[in-house]
Amino acid sequence: MAVTASQDMSAGQGTAAGSLTAADGTPLKQRLAQALFRSRMRAFMLVCPLLAFILCVFAIPILIFMSRGFYDNTYERFMPDSAAVLQKWDGGSEPSEEMFAVVAADLVKARSHPDKPVGKVATRVNRELSGTRSLITGTARKAKKMEAPFKDAMIKANKKWADLDTWQALKVAATTLTPAYYAAALDMQYTATGEFKAQDELRQIYVKLFLRTLEISLVVTLATLVLGYPVAYLLSTLPNRISNLLLILVLLPFWTSILVRTTAWIAVLQGQGVLNDLAVFIGFVSDDDRMSLIYNKTGTLIAMTHILLPFMILPLYSVMKTVPPSFVRAAKSLGATNWTAFWRVYFPQTIPGIGAGGLLVFILAIGYYITPALVGGQDGVMISNFIDNHMRSTLNWSLAAALGGVLLIFVLFLYWLYDRIVGIDNMKLG
Amino acid sequence: MKTKPILLSALGALVFGTAAQAEETITVVSWGGAYTKSQVEAYHKPWIAKTGNKIISEDYNGGLSEVKAQVEAGNVTWDIIDVELSDAVRGCDEGLLEEIDIVDIPAGADGTPAVEDFIDGAIRDCAVANIVWSTIFAYDTSETTGVEGLKDFYDLEKFPGKRGMRKAPKANLEMALIADGVPHDKVYEVLSTPEGIDQAFAKLDTIKDQVVWWEAGAQPPQLLADGEVVMTTAYNGRIFNAAIAEDKPFEVNWDGQILDFDLWVIPKGAPHKDAAMDFLKFSTATEQLAAQASYISYGPARRSSGPLVGLFNDGKTEMAPHMPTAEANLKTALVNDFEFWADNQDELNERFNAWLAN
Amino acid sequence: MSELPPYATTGERIWFYSFRVICGLILFFLIAPIVIVAPLSFNAEPYFSFTNGMLKLDADALSTRWYADILRNGMAAPDAVEGWWSDMWNNSQWVRAMKNSFFIGIFATLISTSLGTLAAVGLSRSEMPYRRVIMAVLISPMIVPLVIIGAGMFFFFSQVGLAYTYPGIILAHAVLGTPFVIITVTATLSGFDQSLVRAAQSMGADPVTTFFKVQMPLILPGVISGALFAFITSFDEVVVMLQMASAEQRTIPRQMFSGIREQISPTILAVATILVIISIALLATVEMLRRRSERLRGMSPS
Repeated sequence: MAVTASQDMSAGQGTAAGSLTAADGTPLKQRLAQALFRSRMRAFMLVCPLLAFILCVFAIPILIFMSRGFYDNTYERFMPDSAAVLQKWDGGSEPSEEMFAVVAADLVKARSHPDKPVGKVATRVNRELSGTRSLITGTARKAKKMEAPFKDAMIKANKKWADLDTWQALKVAATTLTPAYYAAALDMQYTATGEFKAQDELRQIYVKLFLRTLEISLVVTLATLVLGYPVAYLLSTLPNRISNLLLILVLLPFWTSILVRTTAWIAVLQGQGVLNDLAVFIGFVSDDDRMSLIYNKTGTLIAMTHILLPFMILPLYSVMKTVPPSFVRAAKSLGATNWTAFWRVYFPQTIPGIGAGGLLVFILAIGYYITPALVGGQDGVMISNFIDNHMRSTLNWSLAAALGGVLLIFVLFLYWLYDRIVGIDNMKLG
Repeated sequence: MKTKPILLSALGALVFGTAAQAEETITVVSWGGAYTKSQVEAYHKPWIAKTGNKIISEDYNGGLSEVKAQVEAGNVTWDIIDVELSDAVRGCDEGLLEEIDIVDIPAGADGTPAVEDFIDGAIRDCAVANIVWSTIFAYDTSETTGVEGLKDFYDLEKFPGKRGMRKAPKANLEMALIADGVPHDKVYEVLSTPEGIDQAFAKLDTIKDQVVWWEAGAQPPQLLADGEVVMTTAYNGRIFNAAIAEDKPFEVNWDGQILDFDLWVIPKGAPHKDAAMDFLKFSTATEQLAAQASYISYGPARRSSGPLVGLFNDGKTEMAPHMPTAEANLKTALVNDFEFWADNQDELNERFNAWLAN
Repeated sequence: MSELPPYATTGERIWFYSFRVICGLILFFLIAPIVIVAPLSFNAEPYFSFTNGMLKLDADALSTRWYADILRNGMAAPDAVEGWWSDMWNNSQWVRAMKNSFFIGIFATLISTSLGTLAAVGLSRSEMPYRRVIMAVLISPMIVPLVIIGAGMFFFFSQVGLAYTYPGIILAHAVLGTPFVIITVTATLSGFDQSLVRAAQSMGADPVTTFFKVQMPLILPGVISGALFAFITSFDEVVVMLQMASAEQRTIPRQMFSGIREQISPTILAVATILVIISIALLATVEMLRRRSERLRGMSPS
């Protein structure tokens, strides 16, 4: 790319006086922009395959899954006519004969549909009001023989059709673009009149679970900080030869399977386990009164702290390596006590490491699944375990998506914070 | 995108021999452990010998999620699945399962037509039951004696110590009401009212602090053996296995046992539907159901199999008294009401989880 | 603080030693649980604790039966002499799980390493547009909770017919491994002297030659340790497996997960011991590569 800086006025045909041109006469600025564009494109092309891969297999599938949290067309797809009529209903007045007729007609159509969607519709409505499942499948069986007036016929088939509750549940289920699942994920109920009211107190659980998840993550983060800070400090002050050796002790857990580490903790902490045996042996507890250290919150906290500790030590260590020891010495020579020198001079310089390690541990802790599932018992389980429960056993995929959505928003916020404070480029492994 | 998966699956097939299956190889999915073993002995081996077909046996943990995903994605790889009653009914309602015509099911060995030969409710629109199992409670006779009934499970004064219970409301709520004095035939009626649910949870509250919750069927015998619990609810077959096959001093108390079915279903769009149907008919015949009972203590779903049930495969244990369907055990039994659970499980699961978390 | 100065007061001396004891205890907390599985796995009894005989190093109390169990579990005829090897190779549950783990892990690593290295080379060019945003997207599989990833992929892969298949799991694990490749390779490239590329080009090398002859040898240690990270990620992954794999594709961690949940036996400890040995080998390789890379780039080893 030979560029001649031509000052020749006559060569610069049509260009303004004083501008630089390339050999072929195009303005240099334009050529430079082209060259820059080409190299930008080259860099981008290198990234492109992975970016496309991540978007296709990872980002877009997650977005589609998230959309289930507020989009559920089960009712509208199979019972479109009654969905339209229910949308027009105000949700509070006495249901009209037209509504009875159109629901009956839709049930007949849905029952003769080859996919047999009545069960799906019934499941959907049942989520809004327990007991409506058998109401709908039962009425659908009888609907074909019904004659006008449909109101009487349906109430005769099942007296629950006379309840306003039933119709309100239908109306909520018939709304395709619905906040009902996100409301449920926050222990609220979305009503037919478009309001949100608190869920029955005996069924409230998700807000409590989110809070517990935050609590466990916070405790684990603090515990890793308290345990990790001294070790990172020691590593950063020891001669390289020794610190490298000790660093391997930190890295080994990092490379060991999470399941191995969880198994190990079960062996150590369980009722008949190593730690309890030891405690009984030295007479700390009696044989009949062994400590319950696992299958509860304690077990989750201990095992998670152990698993996430290297994620705290490594960033702390790499920051502490860069703090010159002369600063502390200078402070001391100026009359500071050991504590003042540490707290006023050394500690502030390690805050970036605390930020990096703390955020990373917190982000990883908040979505944790395996350890709480295996050693969490009943009070040590976290929100991920419930998302999985709705995915794989209750099959309430929309609620799983809504719970996942709330969790994901939180994680992404922390991730953004991490990028702002630490910068993703500075993430290091080992 | 398209060629890579194909290439990889071809490679996978090369290395693991997963492809190139003969047309008459069916995939049979069941619950694993001693239970699948009993089916392999009683159903799979004779069927393979008779037809020359092959069977791939897969384990799963119950539930409809895999079936639902396979059917909705039109990518069905399973041919026949052993499911619980509530899943069979729900899967059928949602159109995930093939319908089974009752006239296809062969009559019993004594000539009784299938409709009469099978226990009531064992043949459904999309499913045919093979066994009757039950949730019971059990204890270690070397530690605990003198247990009379379900009331004692809740009596912490007479029998102090931990209790094992399944971490789910199903069966626990029913047993709590029975222990609280509700007559068997009124249990679901009471449970259908808000007061009834409160009553069940109040009863559970009385032992909540002492409960160790289990999730997999293999856990309760383990909990008893380790001395972690004094009494535990369990699936009757698992306790039988520990007591007879592994010689543990465990005893089952049949008071308030909750009966349930396990059924064969064929997912809609199964790749070898006809062979699967043939396997279904073969395995639910009188002899096969009776044969299975000599490997595990679950009751055959056909009446005509009853008289054929003999000894356990150790050659000395009489199976009949260990069956949930034995005359003496049935007196205090409650049959699981799948309709009630289909209607209420969402709400009761939520309430149960909230109750646990408090 | 690395050495105690001669003028230290008694208080400082006490603090100096107690600080080291505290650090020693914390390091013990990190390592002890991992080390303890090894002796426990030789317990002759089916328990998770040390028996008296074991503490006395009684030969009867020790046994390798759980290691034999790893091979025998699931075999059709574990006591047969003829055909034992092929029976073990084809039917043993843990052996099958091991084959699955390596098969899935190796292919996932190949995909994530090749795509990840290319991307890292692009990302470390100063001209890269929207660098920060793209980097954030590419690293996000490490950050998003696995349960959400598993759920999203499950629905998507079901739609395209990849759920419950080997290719589906390989693609999923490849996604999970790429952030580690990107992080390690960009870290290596950050110390890379770009003038070497210009020098090569000025001598007439085309970009492909430059990449393979100049850049690649220098970043190779980073690429390999990235690949090892990607491999261990796949090798250790269980949450996505729970949602997307059928019994046929069971890997070692998946098998361990159900083992711990359902019937905990010392066999699991024996498997865990083998896995710890594998981790030590991998860690040693990565450490060696890191030092080699630093030497190559003329940095003082640290």
